[in-house]
Amino acid sequence: MKKFMNSADDFLKESLKGFGAAHQDIVNCHYDPNFITRATPTKEGKVALISGGGSGHEPMHGGLVGYGMLDAACPGFVFSSPTPDQMLAAAEKVDSGAGVLFIVKNYSGDVMNFQMAAEMMQGPNESVLTNDDVAVEDSSFTTGRRGVAATVVVEKIVGSLAEHGGSLQECKALGDKVNKNSGSMGVAFSSCTVPAAGKPNFDIGDDEMEFGVGIHGEPGRRRDKMKSAQEITNELLEAINEDLKPETNEEILLFVNGMGGTPLTELYLIYDNAKNMLDKKNIKISRSLVGNYCTSLEMQGASITLTKLDEELLKHWDSSVHTAAMRWGV
Amino acid sequence: MSVNFLIHRAKEIQAVIDANASEIEKLDQEIGDGDHIFNVQRGIKLVIELEAVIKDLPISKALNQIAMKVLSGIGGSSGALFGTLFMTMAKGKDIDNGVDYKKAIEIFADGVEAVKQRGKADVGEKTMMDVLIPVSNCLKKGVEDNKDVKEILQEAIEVAEKGMFSTKDLLATKGRASFLGERAKGHIDPGARSSQLMIKTVCESVLNS
Repeated sequence: MKKFMNSADDFLKESLKGFGAAHQDIVNCHYDPNFITRATPTKEGKVALISGGGSGHEPMHGGLVGYGMLDAACPGFVFSSPTPDQMLAAAEKVDSGAGVLFIVKNYSGDVMNFQMAAEMMQGPNESVLTNDDVAVEDSSFTTGRRGVAATVVVEKIVGSLAEHGGSLQECKALGDKVNKNSGSMGVAFSSCTVPAAGKPNFDIGDDEMEFGVGIHGEPGRRRDKMKSAQEITNELLEAINEDLKPETNEEILLFVNGMGGTPLTELYLIYDNAKNMLDKKNIKISRSLVGNYCTSLEMQGASITLTKLDEELLKHWDSSVHTAAMRWGV
Repeated sequence: MSVNFLIHRAKEIQAVIDANASEIEKLDQEIGDGDHIFNVQRGIKLVIELEAVIKDLPISKALNQIAMKVLSGIGGSSGALFGTLFMTMAKGKDIDNGVDYKKAIEIFADGVEAVKQRGKADVGEKTMMDVLIPVSNCLKKGVEDNKDVKEILQEAIEVAEKGMFSTKDLLATKGRASFLGERAKGHIDPGARSSQLMIKTVCESVLNS
């Protein structure tokens, strides 16, 4: 294992300290329990958005704290859910009285811990559970689909509504709507190493890829031989389209997300290849996002997320945002 | 069961888990995300470190402190599930007036039931519940049938092992292994293995005392 680290025990803390110092105009990092808030207090009457999850997916979620998006993020240990004490401390700090909306990716650890926090919390709160990953076939499995990169889209759009005075119920409803209108699927070329583990999470051959991979490198649909970028992109989009069923001329957001170890050069190449296919199908790409937003440590790979956009979603996507990882309109 | 009992068993569990750490880690890397062993080791260490704080507390308060510690200190599903287990045990009626083996079995069984609700997992879904639920049932039945405590614990050890091995051929429908579908077959669930080791350690310790 080669990593920039001094000790596995201090890995997260040092990274959080660096994040807080580098973006002190936007965020405040709090420790023991660990949570990240905006540098400025929540506006009176504004619904507070809190997300969180295991670390190792940066910039999600700490990099999405700031004006127009999250009010707080709770980072767990690497690839391990945060805990109720973090969520409760964050809620106490950012709840202005208008209530708290938890945005949770559908992973059992995250779900259980946010559920316990919601049970222990005194004030009004709601949760949005994202489950955009189409890789896991729908079945009787109650754990259901995984929540992955579309969580970024949910946080942007609901963040805008909350900023513009949306109520707790309205924010929850919009979050559910964005999630329902989104589909994602990823592919990995290499594994990733949790610092405390010191060795790769899974083995993968030089000529292989994990098709439908999860954001911790957990297996997806199948192990395939490497293919051309256009073929991989087509297969990802076919899987998403089959689930999301965008109509001809429907407007969509095309989000190409890097998993940490794939250069932007390749992400833009995927964008081009995805555009080729969507153009042929007369699906209108009206907004785009390309970059590393929902990562899996140093994993080589990428995911594609499509979100169907209506007027309401477009408006909130375009509105101003100022976070460490996303900034426009300000 | 006393606070002293809990601390001593935690220390014995630590030794057993450490000795089997690489095996459990390998199981998790095959069908999970590789963090289970660290969660378990971190949780046990945190409980042991609580010794000075909890040793003179009534057992309900000690169990509650353990619950909050594992909840906040472990993270992941393990933290929430073990936190739920101890939090429920802490609510056991009259436990500060003494916990004999019957009472211990009663609160353990209540704890397992609460974990089942939290994780929404039952027997046959390739999780630690394949060990905990049969063990809980076996312990309760032993008390109902007025069996000797040694006989009950001996049975519990066997039931735990049987439950652990049963996960090998199961299709996972809960936890991260469920995302694997058929591919998880043929692998023992790491959570089932670690909980079986814990049950075995506690039961053997009581049998040998």
